[in-house]
Amino acid sequence: MFYREAGQYKTSYSADMAVFPIWQDRIGIAVILALAFIGVPLIGNDFFTTTVMIPFLVFSLAAIGLNILTGYTGLISLGTAAFMGVGAYACYKMTTIFPNVNIIVLILVSGLFSAAIGVLFGLPSLRIKGFYLAVATLAAQFFLQWAFVRVPWLFNYNASGAIEVPLRSVFGIPITGATASPETRYFVCLVLVVVLTWFASNIVHGRLGRSWMAVRDMDIAAELMGIKLLNAKLLAFAVSSFYCGVAGAMMIFLWYGTAEAADVFSIRLSFTVLFMIIIGGLGSLIGSFFGAAFIASLPTIMKFGLPAIGIPLSGATAEHVTFMLLGALIILFLIVEPHGLARLWQIGKQKLRTWPFPY
Amino acid sequence: MNATAMNLTGEPIAAKAETKKGEVLLAVENISLRFGGVKAITDVSFDIRKGEVRAIIGPNGAGKTSMLNCINGFYHPQEGQITYKGVRRPRVKPHQAAADGIARTFQNVALFKGMSTLDNIMTGRTLKMHRNFFWQALRHGPAMTEEIEHRKKVEDIIDFLQIQHIRKLPVGKLPYGLQKRVELGRALAMEPELLLLDEPMAGMNLEEKEDMCRFILDVNSEFGTTIALIEHDMGVVMDLSDRVVVLEYGRKIADGTPAEVKADQKVIDAYLGVAH
Repeated sequence: MFYREAGQYKTSYSADMAVFPIWQDRIGIAVILALAFIGVPLIGNDFFTTTVMIPFLVFSLAAIGLNILTGYTGLISLGTAAFMGVGAYACYKMTTIFPNVNIIVLILVSGLFSAAIGVLFGLPSLRIKGFYLAVATLAAQFFLQWAFVRVPWLFNYNASGAIEVPLRSVFGIPITGATASPETRYFVCLVLVVVLTWFASNIVHGRLGRSWMAVRDMDIAAELMGIKLLNAKLLAFAVSSFYCGVAGAMMIFLWYGTAEAADVFSIRLSFTVLFMIIIGGLGSLIGSFFGAAFIASLPTIMKFGLPAIGIPLSGATAEHVTFMLLGALIILFLIVEPHGLARLWQIGKQKLRTWPFPY
Repeated sequence: MNATAMNLTGEPIAAKAETKKGEVLLAVENISLRFGGVKAITDVSFDIRKGEVRAIIGPNGAGKTSMLNCINGFYHPQEGQITYKGVRRPRVKPHQAAADGIARTFQNVALFKGMSTLDNIMTGRTLKMHRNFFWQALRHGPAMTEEIEHRKKVEDIIDFLQIQHIRKLPVGKLPYGLQKRVELGRALAMEPELLLLDEPMAGMNLEEKEDMCRFILDVNSEFGTTIALIEHDMGVVMDLSDRVVVLEYGRKIADGTPAEVKADQKVIDAYLGVAH
């Protein structure tokens, strides 16, 4: 009834191939972007921005990265946190070596280091699949996490072993470091996420995205279409790790500020991002956002949202309940809707299209 | 469908076979393929001429699919050689075979199940698309022009196969007959010179079979594509093909026009059994 493509005829292939072919979708995305760019800074306070929005954006980018690898190309990875860590450390080293370069450029370039490491650890993917590949990427996780702690050059021989994010400004506005305001950091995150999501969407809708999905669905047939499996898989590793690396650099520089990276980039983070794409929906960009929103905001809702509406819950209990709820939801999703929130969203749209009639 | 005088387009079979004495497109010479101690193919030779429909038949386990796998590089025979367009091809890789113009459909439908019909057929165009990663990431300018150009070609194939109505549906949920048709479309999108069809009519009802036969003949006559075909339905084989090669237990037992093959005592024995 309200969401309907009736009467919207496509007269060109480019109109038919648009990412949002229906005007209702285009209005929807415009409203969301307006809310994100204008609404959130106007309405939200610093607390909301730093504990909900920035984590959400950082996790969204990491989830998109993992989704490109696992959801689109069908290669399971448990090394997400390690690739994020590579991005964070590369960015940190570059801020020390090139203190005058624009920090946003450095954050993006650090993704390239992560991409290179990702390709290296992606090499076994030609020979091994499924669980065995997951174990191979686990090796990346353990090795890199070890390197983050044991190679003092990476954290500038700091006695505490922690990264301390230096103050960096662009056009006189502090973006990273203690004096950067939450709004500035939020805007930088938002712009990076929007631009990179747009790129990701373009790639998965084009030739490369199709060859990734072909490799995922039937690699023998993909090879016969002329797709070189090794190239396709390594490219997926590279792009995925690039996104994860940028997300990792954003995490330390725009969110945490100071961190002992050995704790942050642990296997728990890898699993968190994996849960995000499972709950959100494998092989779906919007699913990455759903999953990230869900998991990143659940602890905050439990801790602060429930007491606010009158349900008393202490901080420690809230944390326990969050874990229990998350575990239960993952099992529920695996059984009831393996395609995640993205599929529910699709079903909802389908229902809206025909409402109030059943079909 | 009986195997007598006329094929589906109504031309007499003998006349059709005479018109196709072109040059040899692919020659298989003394191929032997073993998996450990199991001999899948033993000393088989035959050729495929340009523009013909060549059938490969034989009882189950005769080595027909292994033969196709050798031709497009999934298996590498231990002995013998395959010559394609006059060039010997030792240990060719599947993606090289694709680049050389050999397309293939599979016995058990091997579509990309999570993708729509359109995307499946578009994937067949992969080799013809060249815009690099950065244009792809922008999806404007040259990348979009290229995408539209190939979309037009894909729409032609969709029209040809009459599958307009399932264009945007995920192929995993389509009925079997349509899946086979989409798979043929995906192979056609590669604009192949040699099209290998592995049991294109398996599990179809009569109507679907007739449709598929018509498509195969049209592909052969309109696009001039050379076709090598594995099929168990003898009526179809006799009607469609210009020449037939018969395998049994990995050996070639007969080779010739449908009429010759049908009259061959070894072929009759292979299919009907011999009294001991």
